[in-house]
Amino acid sequence: MNTAPSLKVLLLHIAVIAIFFGLQFVLPEYHHLAMTRVMVLAIFAMGYNLLFGYTGLLSLGHALFFASGLYGAGLAAYHLEWSVPAAFLCGILAGFVMSLFIGLISLRTTGVAFMIVTMMFAQVAYLASLYFSQWTRGEEGLVLPQSARSFDLAGVTFDLTDAATRYNLAFVLMTVALLICFIIVRSPLGRAMIAVRENEPRTLMLGYDTFRLKLVALIVSGSLSAMAGATYALLFAYIGSSFASIQYSIEALLFTLLGGAGTVLGPLLGTVSMFYMIDIASNYTPAYMLVTGIMLVFLILFFPRGILGSIRERWLKWLP
Amino acid sequence: MAFGPFLLLATLEGLLQAAVLTLTALGLSLVFGVMRVVNVAHGEFFMLGAVIAWWVTSMLGLPPALGFVAALLISPLAVGAIAYAGERLVLRRLSYNPEATIVATIGMLYIIQQTVLLTYGPDARPVTAPFYYRLQLPWFGYSAYNLFVIAAAIIVLAITWFVLTKTKIGLIMRAAQFDSETAQAFGIPIGKVYGLVFAAGAMLAAIAAVLIVPIRQAHYLMGLDPLLLSFIVVIIGGLGSIRGTVVAALVIGLSDGIISMFFSPTLAKMLSTLLVALVLVFKPEGLFGAKTR
Amino acid sequence: MSDKIIKPENAIITRRSTLLGMGAVVGTGLAATAAPGFVRYSQAQTSEPIKIGMQLHRTGIGASYGRWYERVAKAAAKIINDEGGINGRPLEIIIEDDGTDAKRGAEVVEKFATQHKVDAIYGTLFSHVVIGSAPRAGELKMPYIVVSEGYHVASGNLNRYCFQPCITDVRSQVTAMAPWVSQNLGKKATMIFPDYAFGHDHRDYFSAAMKAQGGEIVEMIAIPPTETSFTRYLPRIPSDTEVLYHVMVGPSVLTFVTELGQFYGSQRPEIFGFIDSLEAVDLATPQLSYLDGTYFWEGMPRYAQKDQSEWDKFYRNAIGIDDNGASTADAKDISTYAHMFGCWETLFVIKKAMEKAGYRGPQDKAAFIEAMESFEKFDEGRDHPQGDKLFNGKNHQCYGHQYISKVENGKLNVVHKTSIEDGAYEVTADYTKMSL
Repeated sequence: MNTAPSLKVLLLHIAVIAIFFGLQFVLPEYHHLAMTRVMVLAIFAMGYNLLFGYTGLLSLGHALFFASGLYGAGLAAYHLEWSVPAAFLCGILAGFVMSLFIGLISLRTTGVAFMIVTMMFAQVAYLASLYFSQWTRGEEGLVLPQSARSFDLAGVTFDLTDAATRYNLAFVLMTVALLICFIIVRSPLGRAMIAVRENEPRTLMLGYDTFRLKLVALIVSGSLSAMAGATYALLFAYIGSSFASIQYSIEALLFTLLGGAGTVLGPLLGTVSMFYMIDIASNYTPAYMLVTGIMLVFLILFFPRGILGSIRERWLKWLP
Repeated sequence: MAFGPFLLLATLEGLLQAAVLTLTALGLSLVFGVMRVVNVAHGEFFMLGAVIAWWVTSMLGLPPALGFVAALLISPLAVGAIAYAGERLVLRRLSYNPEATIVATIGMLYIIQQTVLLTYGPDARPVTAPFYYRLQLPWFGYSAYNLFVIAAAIIVLAITWFVLTKTKIGLIMRAAQFDSETAQAFGIPIGKVYGLVFAAGAMLAAIAAVLIVPIRQAHYLMGLDPLLLSFIVVIIGGLGSIRGTVVAALVIGLSDGIISMFFSPTLAKMLSTLLVALVLVFKPEGLFGAKTR
Repeated sequence: MSDKIIKPENAIITRRSTLLGMGAVVGTGLAATAAPGFVRYSQAQTSEPIKIGMQLHRTGIGASYGRWYERVAKAAAKIINDEGGINGRPLEIIIEDDGTDAKRGAEVVEKFATQHKVDAIYGTLFSHVVIGSAPRAGELKMPYIVVSEGYHVASGNLNRYCFQPCITDVRSQVTAMAPWVSQNLGKKATMIFPDYAFGHDHRDYFSAAMKAQGGEIVEMIAIPPTETSFTRYLPRIPSDTEVLYHVMVGPSVLTFVTELGQFYGSQRPEIFGFIDSLEAVDLATPQLSYLDGTYFWEGMPRYAQKDQSEWDKFYRNAIGIDDNGASTADAKDISTYAHMFGCWETLFVIKKAMEKAGYRGPQDKAAFIEAMESFEKFDEGRDHPQGDKLFNGKNHQCYGHQYISKVENGKLNVVHKTSIEDGAYEVTADYTKMSL
């Protein structure tokens, strides 16, 4: 059943999109840049949410997919000197291939084993980025050349060193990701994913191929995360091993958990909130990751549904 | 250097690595075996053991040997207490739900690590070894303290094995692992046992850290590597299997030492991590673990 | 354009600026004669501090350097402010932690440029952070003045906003070392270095320099920067090695030096290390007694020498360091003496350049850059206690003296001081050709 979204839901999402568009005109320079970052990271979180929030698979290695996109786009732009759109697509493709490959291997496991397997694969990727430092320059990283700082599309030149161009590109891609998530979760596929999350044996018994469902979820999730990675590489012109580290995997989990796993707008809200919490904390102490730790424990103990999830549960049951 | 001495040095280094790894991984395995939870903060208990050892030796100002013994006694107890508190306050409330526990222990990882950063600082600080004696072999020199660490680890391992198999507490732990519901029906306070087990696991890691810290330095980031290596050992050896853990630690410690002498350490780590992932996918019970009932 | 020297006094009393000032006065509706109006205008300017962002390694593998870099920068800034600041304006140093991480470094650069809106960024040490941050600084048109020792600035691979005016680069250092090492210690060398940019520079340029002296490198051992155990690498040192060359960084340096000692004992080749392997580490620990009779490169001698200059004395006093290079507050807190002088000297150079350019604000950045490029030498003195230096405005790099010290009874005694020419190499980079 694919009912048309209610007016409330549509208005809410359009309002959110409009707010993010409008922010670029009022934000001071630093926050303008920060919000660009946030929007790209929100795409990552949204990808993660599809797997964790909707399909119920907790991956601890999603930085692998983000890094696939990052390195796919960055290395293509740096070593092969591909244009920005080509490099972007290359990044997404890299993520697609990686998620297919990882999915086929790791989806044989569930629960705790799945968590550890994904974490291990991500760690292998991180070590690989260090081992092949001849091409990746490891922790030091690569700064993308001038040729990757602008591109032409449909006759219009986009200058990526311009803050407004970057913001709007991030905004457009975030909106696209948001729409993809929205459409998927309301589609039959989305409902099947939720069924897998709620009770996989029962879903299997009902005749669904749960392995295929989970694989599709993983591929979409991974490709979306890779798109975030590719965007990050091309907008900020820097790729490095730290993006493949375990910290990034945990950040995806944290953003989603905070905002509300299993809600469409949750990851976006979570990314904005967490980003600023860490930013403010870092003004006071070098140990700002303490905030991350406390947040994780606090959330899992008292608010496992996150902000929007708790709101949906108690008041606004129509929230997608 | 000729191949023979090369191999000897690699073996010695491998044994040292294996000794520390066995104790650390054993802690992780014990916790999983009895409580069925994966403690991602395990590496931070290791780090805490090292940091508290530094604190004890530098604050008490005793001669190195006495200071070390004091650290060996105080540090594991302190770490055990912290672990017990963490278990009671956080993990029990989650009813040991596997996924929630992992998220919670990740949170604990950051809390412990960053608190140490705030208080102890970002520097690496050395701890004086209890004694300093250099053995001169024909081809190279080797520190006698390293051999002491290997011996100490074997002793601690033996004590742990004794406690688990021959004492009442060990029996209770094994009963809780085997069938927690029935154990509860027999009047065993599962909650307290779990707390104790969690603390014991942390204490083993802390002991390993105190032993190794005179060779390395105490640094707030030193917990990550032991965590990953322990994971590798426990998964390959079989979650919950003590024998499997010991064998796997030996194999990995020795091979890591030997492989790293011939190949790049990064490559060695990559291969062992990949191996773990594949073992978990294709043979989830590990090499020695029993299939879950 | 580069020859034009703008002096602060000229800016006030030229006719054009008189008229401008009058215009400003009249424009704000204040009826006053030109002179008081001027005084008011320039006073409003002088209360605004000059902001310099310090990209500091507060955490991460560079933390031990970071805490000393901070102390030295603050001490130098205090002197500058006690003497009236820069162009009459107080100097304010804003510090951000980059975690010794290249990615965070780039973000810190952005924060400095967009949020704190500093006039210049300075103080970065680890090369991978410099390399990750410099392009961003260039894009944001932010002067980026590093105290890094890396060859990155001098190579011409960065951009025109990057400078390294007060600490010599690795290529110059190792080039200056090769003659002495090959003549005094041995011609067959094994190198142990960290496996990233800084280590690679050592590897590449020392091999070239040794070859030029008729020596050879018999083995190169690259160690991952986060390694904690080093014994496994030591058997790779060939037995016919005459001199072992080491330069290690990170929290495990003490482990490295200790394990080296355990491995060799007294039957060792000559050992020549860069003091980087022992910065912030106490030489007097018992396990390091084997280092007696080995040699170290020092950027600036940690232990006060017999011929200590009055400038070195003043410098130690201002920061709070005793004659053993340790903090006067805690004798166990050993300084990173061979590197941190760069922070001291660089602040004085920045002040000099800003005053030469008549720097009033970001609109004068081009003039500031050009003023920096116009410097040719720095004399030894209170502002430059490490020694006199030559500065090449084309590749934005300074060239100076290096020290070779021998460990004797747990202290380092200088046995050789190189001339500036010893570290010279052909400079092909020319940033002045780039537009700003």
